[in-house]
Amino acid sequence: MNGRSLNILGLVLVSVTGLAFMLLTPQLAELDTVLDLTVYMIMAVLALSLALIWGFGGILCFGQSAFFGLGAYTYAIAMFNIGESTLPFLLAIILPAAFAALLGYFMFYGRISDVYLGVITLTVTLILFNSVNSTAGPEFHIGTARLGGFNGIPGIPPLNWPFNKTAAIDLEGMFYLATGSLLATYFGLRLLLASQFGRIIVGIRENERRAELLGYDPRAYKLATFTIGGALAGFAGCLFANWGNFVSPTIFGLAQSAQIIIWVIVGGRGTLIGPVIGCIGIQWLSAALGANQPSGGSDLWSKIFANAPLILGVILIAFVLLVPKGLVPTLGDIGLSLVRRRRAREQRGFEPQQAE
Amino acid sequence: MDLVALLAIQVLYAVASLALISVGLAIIFGMMRVINLAHGEFLMLGGYAAIVATSHGISIWVAMLVVAPIVVGLIGIIVERAIIRFLYGRMIDTMLATWGLSLFLVGLTTAIFGNTTVGISAPLGSIQIGAYRTSAYTLFVIAIAIAVLGAIFAVMRWTRLGLIARGTMQNADMAAALGVNPPRVYAVTFGVGAALSGLAGAVLAPVSGVFPTIGVAYVAKSFITVIGGGAAILSGTVSASALFGTINQIATFVTTPVFGEVALLAAAIVLIRLLPQGITGRFFRRGL
Repeated sequence: MNGRSLNILGLVLVSVTGLAFMLLTPQLAELDTVLDLTVYMIMAVLALSLALIWGFGGILCFGQSAFFGLGAYTYAIAMFNIGESTLPFLLAIILPAAFAALLGYFMFYGRISDVYLGVITLTVTLILFNSVNSTAGPEFHIGTARLGGFNGIPGIPPLNWPFNKTAAIDLEGMFYLATGSLLATYFGLRLLLASQFGRIIVGIRENERRAELLGYDPRAYKLATFTIGGALAGFAGCLFANWGNFVSPTIFGLAQSAQIIIWVIVGGRGTLIGPVIGCIGIQWLSAALGANQPSGGSDLWSKIFANAPLILGVILIAFVLLVPKGLVPTLGDIGLSLVRRRRAREQRGFEPQQAE
Repeated sequence: MDLVALLAIQVLYAVASLALISVGLAIIFGMMRVINLAHGEFLMLGGYAAIVATSHGISIWVAMLVVAPIVVGLIGIIVERAIIRFLYGRMIDTMLATWGLSLFLVGLTTAIFGNTTVGISAPLGSIQIGAYRTSAYTLFVIAIAIAVLGAIFAVMRWTRLGLIARGTMQNADMAAALGVNPPRVYAVTFGVGAALSGLAGAVLAPVSGVFPTIGVAYVAKSFITVIGGGAAILSGTVSASALFGTINQIATFVTTPVFGEVALLAAAIVLIRLLPQGITGRFFRRGL
């Protein structure tokens, strides 16, 4: 089996599983399970946004949650002011994208190194968190929407059919929308990466100087990648604001940013399916740890095991030290070496060693 | 006039605290090219070390100036041996691993101390400036910052240890060929950087109180200072703290503390766009 047919097999597998999951889950599962799964799907879209810019664009963004939060807040504020979701939905994508473009302009055209880039995106996230957190008073409002500071904004109206205010989305509809968005994002990114643009950004990740000498402007390509990532994260944020009908500044927080990074590094950089798997797996784990929290448990061990940051921190360190490529590429490598070994054994009998 | 004097002290204090919280990070970054994202948690641990020591009856001065640096310095050396040394030369991975460490430490201290703010009251009372009163502790923080920066300058400039450190920083292979053991230098450097962070965290603990996630409040500012300063450890830290501290404090004075921080960040982003190598990439290039 060569690479191309493996690729097609993977695509078919993902689309069949994805569609089956989307259509069957609401029939088979309880409503609260569907609700939980919806947020996993939304977060997986967010994971894909970082998978694109970090895994393929080579841009380590520690502040992906900034665009996510911006999307959620934009949707909430616009929704209270407009009352009909078509424009807020679009704004929730455009505004984070514009912010990403502005920030990206300073970073990429300043030609700062990867490490500084990580630090700056991290700082932007923290500043956004602090600023929004401090807007609790009634004097902070945009139009009719109160910002609410650390209390967040409750009671955000849900999405409706474009230009039809009465047809608001229900919980099951939200699940279909989230899962559909995830599948659309996944295949959209596959298409993007197969295009010329995708090949150029991977080329820049591999060797920026070489790409530049071949006549491509890495700054412009990185800026475009970063902007697409920002738009996707904003889109996920809009869905998230819909899911809980609530946003609070914690979605800008450091913990949220760290989670996105962990999803991608656990799943594997340079793949799209890896971060989705990582995202769902880690969220499931966090939920399980949180559920295990014993009521009133006071001994140290129970506190430690119910402590999501602690566990996530250990996972992050362990993966960086032991499985730096992430689960999916590592499993792929193991599989490939097994296949190679078997093929070599079969061939050793009849013909001299043949190069792959 | 009194107001000007008061504002001057406030600005000086902002600069001094920025320099204090950044210098440990600057040493680790400048010497080892390691971005330590657990830096804020080292500061936080310094605060807790001081508070725990004080509650065991140790004098607050000893707790802040002796216990906290030693405890956090030891933690730093353990971290270097257990995690960082496997990742030299892999900058991004170091960042990720230290971020994991940061989450781990936040989780651990939450499990041990609970998610509440503990404080120690600032010693020294207050002083009178014309019609205004300000805490004498403010002046103490400024003095400590000057003392720490002076001590680093003296060690780096005039001692054998400083010579070895500077040599390893410039060319690790050459230093190794001359009989220095770079891994040992790195471990010591990391420990010293961590100890200074612990000291800073302890000294600032009476001002801000200590809680497990306080590192977040420090980490952004100190990174911006170190990056804005550029490669030279001392002159970079001092010049960037002076610039950002002044901007931060004046914006705070005019609006609110939060917008002071926003102004600091905006200034930093513009600065990095103009001077990608930091201030010392263009000015004071021969500084330490």
